[in-house]
Amino acid sequence: MSFESTGQRSPTTGGPVPGSVAQSVPFKRGSLYFDASLGRNRFNQFWTVLAGLFATTAVLPLVLVLLFVLIQGGRLISPALFTELPPAPGMAGGGIGNAMLGTLLVTGIASMLAIPIGVGGAIYLAEYDRHGWFGQVVRFANDVLAGVPSIISGVFVYGLIVATRVFFGQSYSAMAGGIALAVLMLPTVIKTTDEGLKLVPQELRWGAFGVGASQLVTIVQVVLPAAFTPIATGVVLAIARAAGETAPLIFTALFSPFWPEGLFNPIASMSVLIYNFAIMPYAPQNQLAWAASFILVLMILAANLLARWISHLRKT
Amino acid sequence: MGREPLSMAAEPSLAGLYGRRQRPPLEKLLDGGFRYLTLALAGLVAMLLLGILLTVFSGAREAISSFGASFLTSSAWDPVNERYGAFTAIYGTMVSSMLALLIAVPLGVGTAIFITEDIIPSSLRDAIGLMVELLAAIPSVVLGLWAIFVMEPAIRPALRLLNALLGWTPWFNTVPQGPGMAPAILILVVMVLPIITAISRDALNQVPIELRQGAYGVGTTRWGAIFSVILPAAISAIIGGVMLALGRAMGETMAVTMIIGNALNFSVSLLAPGNTIASMLANQFGEADGIQVSALMYAALILMLLTFTVNVAAQWIVRRLSLRY
Repeated sequence: MSFESTGQRSPTTGGPVPGSVAQSVPFKRGSLYFDASLGRNRFNQFWTVLAGLFATTAVLPLVLVLLFVLIQGGRLISPALFTELPPAPGMAGGGIGNAMLGTLLVTGIASMLAIPIGVGGAIYLAEYDRHGWFGQVVRFANDVLAGVPSIISGVFVYGLIVATRVFFGQSYSAMAGGIALAVLMLPTVIKTTDEGLKLVPQELRWGAFGVGASQLVTIVQVVLPAAFTPIATGVVLAIARAAGETAPLIFTALFSPFWPEGLFNPIASMSVLIYNFAIMPYAPQNQLAWAASFILVLMILAANLLARWISHLRKT
Repeated sequence: MGREPLSMAAEPSLAGLYGRRQRPPLEKLLDGGFRYLTLALAGLVAMLLLGILLTVFSGAREAISSFGASFLTSSAWDPVNERYGAFTAIYGTMVSSMLALLIAVPLGVGTAIFITEDIIPSSLRDAIGLMVELLAAIPSVVLGLWAIFVMEPAIRPALRLLNALLGWTPWFNTVPQGPGMAPAILILVVMVLPIITAISRDALNQVPIELRQGAYGVGTTRWGAIFSVILPAAISAIIGGVMLALGRAMGETMAVTMIIGNALNFSVSLLAPGNTIASMLANQFGEADGIQVSALMYAALILMLLTFTVNVAAQWIVRRLSLRY
């Protein structure tokens, strides 16, 4: 709309407009050249500069966050960080070994649950029920599930598992945390697998059918391998996201200052350690939070770059 | 989306053909078994959503029956006398996410235009796009840590200035002391920016080249084309993306919990500590018992319904309002 207003102004300032204007204004060679002072060109420049400014502002937080995490966390990296337990509140030294192990464990549980369920469910959607009503219902449910806030998944697992103490009378446990993370991973795994399987050319399935393969063999040995890259990309992204999640863990897996004591006891994790130690009024704990952030961010960025690399494999 | 009916018609059902073939019993059993296994797994997803709703609802029942609708309008949060109302948290959720979007939408759409239109070299465009995507990957708890120790101290002088200049309005009439609504809004901007940018970028990239060619062909400038042709063509997907971002912002927990101050009393001032439903859950759930758990579940139910409404509206907008080229 604002463009039209400038468009009306340009003929009077000598734009190369033929017809009625040309009769009253004698032709000037200069009128064919770019004139930066024209209203519409000023308007153009103003918005270009503004968009550039916005883009810079959007990138700025990433640069600043990475910078501070690298500087504040990087200088604390030492062997002890990986092998020792966190110190008592207010004390210096120690490490975050148990939290690293805990994050691996809880994310591992979540992956072991979410990947088979997600890939299996998506196989049904893409191979058996691509356009049926049930498939559409599940897809809709999956989209809604993807939008459920992460804290709700924690509340759900708290109500279902922690409060009812279904696991051997234990309340908070690594298992509960893993299930809460699996709830968050599931939509991503299903979505990417479903989309990936849909991209597999129908000719492959016809070919497998033609040479007499059973449907199970067609799916497992022909279709799934053909869709490996999109599925792997989605799975890696889902794992990376789960590893950094905190909200579903704070009242399911809780936290523990000790080494992991099995799957049915509270367990430490990097993300909950960062949360707990960041809000403590002690400098040594805050330092450990920065160090944990450093390691967590490196792990997650590496996983994201890995996912990009996997998806590039397909293109080349 | 518009291509969907075509592929449906051109795609004969393969599954039916297997049934018509002579198969050994074992193969039949395995095929059928696998089908029902995947059916069960797919059904599990739908059940999961239902399970979440039922679990949260049954947990909230006690609070629903004792507080009813006044839970939505009361701002009392008094564990001693067991009186609960979530107005402060609901208000905080709404205000923080709306204001965050108000800032993030121009930034995100502007960035998306900057990296889709031919303004800068494509290598630089891809670099900015990658950085915004990586920003989305940074865990919210790390952003919270950064907000506590870096961002909030850095912007405090600016907030003080705001208080000095606009302190006569109710929105800025408290002296900023650290955690508060304003830093929480800013960290929410950082968190939703990548979503808005990514979706707007995809939407702008999908505008058919003919529309651009037509616009440039009649002699418009770049921003003339953007404002009168390209943005209108992409607007439905962009609005859908903004709604998705709104859902994310309302449910965002960790970074907000760490910087919002978790105040239980109501304040209109953006410079005072506040609360959101998600931050209240994160902050109190671990130590709550009795009817407080139920009240928190009630709040969680409200949050779920809010995000559900927003997300379904987003999908509806993308599906119904998209221009058919």
